[in-house]
Amino acid sequence: MDAATVPAGDPPAGPTTEPATGPPAAPPTDRVGAEPGVVASPEALEAIADLVGRRGPVLFFQSGGCCDGSLPICFEDGEFVIGGHDVLLGRVGGCPYYIDHRQYAVWKHTQLILGVGEGDPEGFSLPAGPGRHFVITSRVLGADPDRG
Amino acid sequence: MTLTEDPPTATTDAPYVAPGQPGSIVEVRPRYDNFIGGTWVAPVKGQYMTNVSPVTGQVFCEVARSTAEDVDLALDAAHAAREAWGETSLTERAAVLNAVADAIDANREMLAVAETWENGKPVRETLAADIPLAADHFRYFAGATRSLEGRTTEIDRDTVAYHFHEPLGVVGQIIPFNFPLLMAAWKIAPALAAGNCTVVKPASPTPWSILKLAEVIGDLVPPGVLNIVTGPGGEIGKALATSPRIAKIGFTGETTTGRLIMQYAAENLIPSTVELGGKSPNIFFADVMDEDDEFLDKAIEGLVLYAFNKGEVCTCPSRALIHESIYDRFMERCLDRIARIRQGNPLDPATMIGPQVSTQQIEKIASYVDIGLQEGAECLIGGSRAHMEGDLEGGYYFEPTVLKGHNEMRVFQEEIFGPVLAVTTFTDEADALRIANDTLYGLGAGVWTRNGNVAYRMGRAIQAGRVWTNCYHLYPAGAAFGGYKISGVGRENHQMMLEHYSQTKNLLVSYSTAPLGFF
Repeated sequence: MDAATVPAGDPPAGPTTEPATGPPAAPPTDRVGAEPGVVASPEALEAIADLVGRRGPVLFFQSGGCCDGSLPICFEDGEFVIGGHDVLLGRVGGCPYYIDHRQYAVWKHTQLILGVGEGDPEGFSLPAGPGRHFVITSRVLGADPDRG
Repeated sequence: MTLTEDPPTATTDAPYVAPGQPGSIVEVRPRYDNFIGGTWVAPVKGQYMTNVSPVTGQVFCEVARSTAEDVDLALDAAHAAREAWGETSLTERAAVLNAVADAIDANREMLAVAETWENGKPVRETLAADIPLAADHFRYFAGATRSLEGRTTEIDRDTVAYHFHEPLGVVGQIIPFNFPLLMAAWKIAPALAAGNCTVVKPASPTPWSILKLAEVIGDLVPPGVLNIVTGPGGEIGKALATSPRIAKIGFTGETTTGRLIMQYAAENLIPSTVELGGKSPNIFFADVMDEDDEFLDKAIEGLVLYAFNKGEVCTCPSRALIHESIYDRFMERCLDRIARIRQGNPLDPATMIGPQVSTQQIEKIASYVDIGLQEGAECLIGGSRAHMEGDLEGGYYFEPTVLKGHNEMRVFQEEIFGPVLAVTTFTDEADALRIANDTLYGLGAGVWTRNGNVAYRMGRAIQAGRVWTNCYHLYPAGAAFGGYKISGVGRENHQMMLEHYSQTKNLLVSYSTAPLGFF
């Protein structure tokens, strides 16, 4: 797979098939079953509600790569520019959760479960409450939902 | 990662005493301020944050929890020093960098132990690699800046274009946690060599060892040329990267923050360099097993190098691709070597793998092993958090792990940043290349073969910025380092960095007295 494209026969997700004119408005439709791409634990939902109450709307972006990569990064809405090729994975606590379209192509057979861990965020993410950070675990779609 | 035939090693067989404890070679103060303008400056709002050693999971000092006001103070100091440093002769600038290198060498053991305590990497690595390489980096750029020549073009007989390298001014640099001192050297040395002043933000989990470096080299660099501000990335990293008073931002970290940094740079119309990680393939052709010799031994070590620095390396060779005809025999040898990795107190010179840098990292690694098993990967060794006894009980240790599977699994596609190797087989050269390039990333790669033609073809065809050929994890100054694809933009570690930290001044000079004749 070339980094700039998604595999042949595997059309880009949802709105990314349209010309890039702005952030995607709806989650992709090419997922296994009808399960959402991301869900949140009660703890994470509580942390999001608290953040939104104190700072206004937030968004999540799924990171990859070095150091704090593969962690969810939570931004105040507007802090991070969403591109036309990003994929809206779903919503958690009413807030959008995005992922890079290339990363989506290799993650889409799994569901992300947003949770909360101990310790300050190590990078640029907003905390999930004092001394806490957002984390993800994953579940292979179609697999036993009691796992992950 | 060796520099010489006989890399420097520990002067003792016994574990080093933990920093701050009686008999340790590393002094620890209870609290550290920012290093600004050549002196220690308390954070404006008076806030501090605790700093934990991953070796024990215990707090061992506090560092400034800085705010945007502190970044401003550092930028004030840097701008005050900018003009004089930019005009300092190359002779003097190089002398400063060489003095820094000498001071690092003179304090090698102290800095190595401090770095180990801060990050958890084994002291045998910090003694032999991190610290000597950091010193060598300053020396390299001391020489490189003196040998960099501007170019002159004779446009016509009477017209000459002169090209000068001029400093950018004041730059911002954000350092990752995996090599707190070496990555700082990679960034600071070329910036200073090119005549810039810098404001450095170390990573939140590793703010302290660079302050120990400042204790060693602080007096050697003119005040304001090097400034260090500690604190949360979202607060002071943002304040630094968005400041209209920097002329460039350098960043090493993950992809989303890399995008954010480039977005900030766009707002101020300044350049950025971002290094964003990888998922490096390490490819073993069948002929590595043609002989049972020193080269085979080297290749086996080459696979096991995924555990170097506990896998917290952006170029970690985390995907091993092994020719199917040798897979069983080769992996048997490799697994035997992996089983003999000594894990434990990284201050012990015999320890080969220490703790991960933080609880967040160890949680993430565990979640990846879980998703790998869900996807059907087979765990060949390890797979769990390693539990230590005594003082180390609270540390963040993870067993060296190998998962066998295929390249579509997420453990083959994502950077785990831990001691987790994903291994698979290939059928022929074309298959190896296809798998190697089937990744979003393109930072590093390894190719192991006794056939020079295969090595050359593969090296040129792999889409990665660095292809180690019959070696891995060497980071000598003078070899350009940086990413293809989404692994980043820009290069480090080479004289070309001086261009990245300079701007070109063209003087277009006419030596003719004749008017153009237009008006």
